[in-house]
Amino acid sequence: MIKAKTLQDLFKRYRRPGDLVFSVVFLVFSLILASNLSAQTSWASGTKFLAQPAFWPYAAVILMVVFSSLHLISSLVSPVIKGRWAEVGFWLKSIEYVTWFMAYVACVPIIGYLPSTIIFTVLLSLRLGYRSKKTLLSAAIFGVCVVVLFKTLLHVKVPGGQIYEYLPTAFRSFMLTYF
Amino acid sequence: MRWDVAVALLVGSVGGVIIGAIPGVGAAVAIAILLPATFSLDPIVGLTVLLGIYGSSMYGGALPAILINTPGTAVNALTTYDGYPMTKRGEARRALALAYSASFWGGVFGILCLIFLSPILALIAPHFGSREIFLAALLGIILVVLAHRGQVFAAGMLAALGILLHTVGLEPVKYTRRFTFDQTWLTGGFDLIVVVLGLFALSQAFLLLVDKDNTPKPQPIDGSLFDGLKELWLYKRVATVAGSFGVLMGMIPGVGEFTAQFLSYTYARKTSKTPELFGEGAPEGLIASESANNAVPAAAMIPLLALGIPGEALTAMMLSVFYVHNVIPGPQLFQNQLDFVYALYIAMLLLNIMVMIFLLSSTNLLTKIVQVPTRFLGMVILTLSFVGVYSLRNSIVDCAIASAFGVLGLILKRLNLPIVPIILGMVLGGIMEVKLRSSMIRVKSPIDFVDRPIAAFLALMIVLVIVMHIRTLIKEHRARLTESEKDNNLHDTQQR
Repeated sequence: MIKAKTLQDLFKRYRRPGDLVFSVVFLVFSLILASNLSAQTSWASGTKFLAQPAFWPYAAVILMVVFSSLHLISSLVSPVIKGRWAEVGFWLKSIEYVTWFMAYVACVPIIGYLPSTIIFTVLLSLRLGYRSKKTLLSAAIFGVCVVVLFKTLLHVKVPGGQIYEYLPTAFRSFMLTYF
Repeated sequence: MRWDVAVALLVGSVGGVIIGAIPGVGAAVAIAILLPATFSLDPIVGLTVLLGIYGSSMYGGALPAILINTPGTAVNALTTYDGYPMTKRGEARRALALAYSASFWGGVFGILCLIFLSPILALIAPHFGSREIFLAALLGIILVVLAHRGQVFAAGMLAALGILLHTVGLEPVKYTRRFTFDQTWLTGGFDLIVVVLGLFALSQAFLLLVDKDNTPKPQPIDGSLFDGLKELWLYKRVATVAGSFGVLMGMIPGVGEFTAQFLSYTYARKTSKTPELFGEGAPEGLIASESANNAVPAAAMIPLLALGIPGEALTAMMLSVFYVHNVIPGPQLFQNQLDFVYALYIAMLLLNIMVMIFLLSSTNLLTKIVQVPTRFLGMVILTLSFVGVYSLRNSIVDCAIASAFGVLGLILKRLNLPIVPIILGMVLGGIMEVKLRSSMIRVKSPIDFVDRPIAAFLALMIVLVIVMHIRTLIKEHRARLTESEKDNNLHDTQQR
């Protein structure tokens, strides 16, 4: 009994809802990596132990397993916090915006940086619940400013859209270079 | 002065203040987004923009901390303790004037220390060989883990994850594959900038987009803010000690602003004639917090420039700008490119002056910028993040990886777990691997590793840091047990 109390005193810490779920997932992830260590790394002959290509992956994964085990123990012995699954739900909601982002990424090489950015900013603003003309116009102007700043002025590497190929020759090269 | 450096100064200083003033953005997000864009610029221009954002964001972050009790950047959290109570009792103008003046003092003090320390650095830095740099990086990673009090296990596992991420891909010496799972997209490994953008920028965008909308409404400020400089003179001792803590803590890898602020605030409260006012609107508290955090950016450049070892996430990002332009920070920099180093110092000094002028004349304009709805801000960050990730290699895979790290960053932020150890694990892990491997050529026995004075000193520091940490833990544990025994005795007495 005294021992359990001491263990709690030693390990308990400030936590937030969802900490236990994250601790379990991280430990499982670390153990999966640990089980793959020998298959995913190799030891070179005639090389000192500390200079081996496998030394750092081994060190990192072993440290991950040790620390994530201790983290899980500290999570288990700390007082239970309500709202674990609501928190996990919050994490999962972010997947929707990952999809938005990836759709934007996929659209840029096809319909071009300028059109896809304007469409993305306006549509996402609508999705976020903004309905006023002022906000939607701000979103569109912001989209234009981003493209002008990064592509037109700073010449950041973003490819021109495939649909630009259907534009008149003079206009096409202008769009491909600047937008 | 070159016109492009002047423009960089203006963009960095004004941009940094605006970014800092908007809660939910912060220097890390902005630097992560702008990083690839600066690769096409001259190194001094690119670094001036990034340093400008780094240094001036904390100035701007004080504004919402004081006016609406919401820190603009994480390091302005302590400013809310005394800044907001001052606003509540009608002293918003005084609080802002003091915060700006203290920030200015901290910033200039940090740069002056950096300039005066340069000759010493130039003298010591060449004595750092592979062994010494490996030990300094190891000390850095240990400090990063131990500095996260109450979260050491989490910081440890995340730092280890960072080290692992660095090792993924084709290893450059023996050409063996590490954790590629026969996937071609993993052969190149994880790009630091992709991970940084995911963990800092995309995670913040997702967080703001998923969370409820919020529009801060600060009140406009009447009157001049110039009085702050005069009032700061009354608290010059606190400001100087806080600046010194900022410089000291900034120099030590992995420690940074929070420890500097904590030490400065504790010092200011202990030496104050009115300690009861701390947390209720004490000017010394505000000065301690702002002077300490603004002294850190210049000091954090010391290990980066002298040894090539970044002490925190932002200097780790700047390291990639150095590498892209073939400017290798480390012992050789002070010998071969001293003009570059001095140009950097002058740029930093001018930057603080420009920020101060901008803030003193544009605070009311900034209060309007702060009023951006948070979900709209999330959309803005998401759009800008695209430029950062996609412009690197025009790779959809990079964007997918950054998104995955974005979700991880969101989870870590929600759980209040640290993100920085992952980044420093990646950067310092790379340095440790290269330096350990090259030092093994001359090392025959473990004693050879520490047979030079600096190496021996660093090894001793590593042992000391670990021993001191364990000692503190035991002390705290004993204190907790004594406290709980007292509670039990009290409970027994009441029962009787």
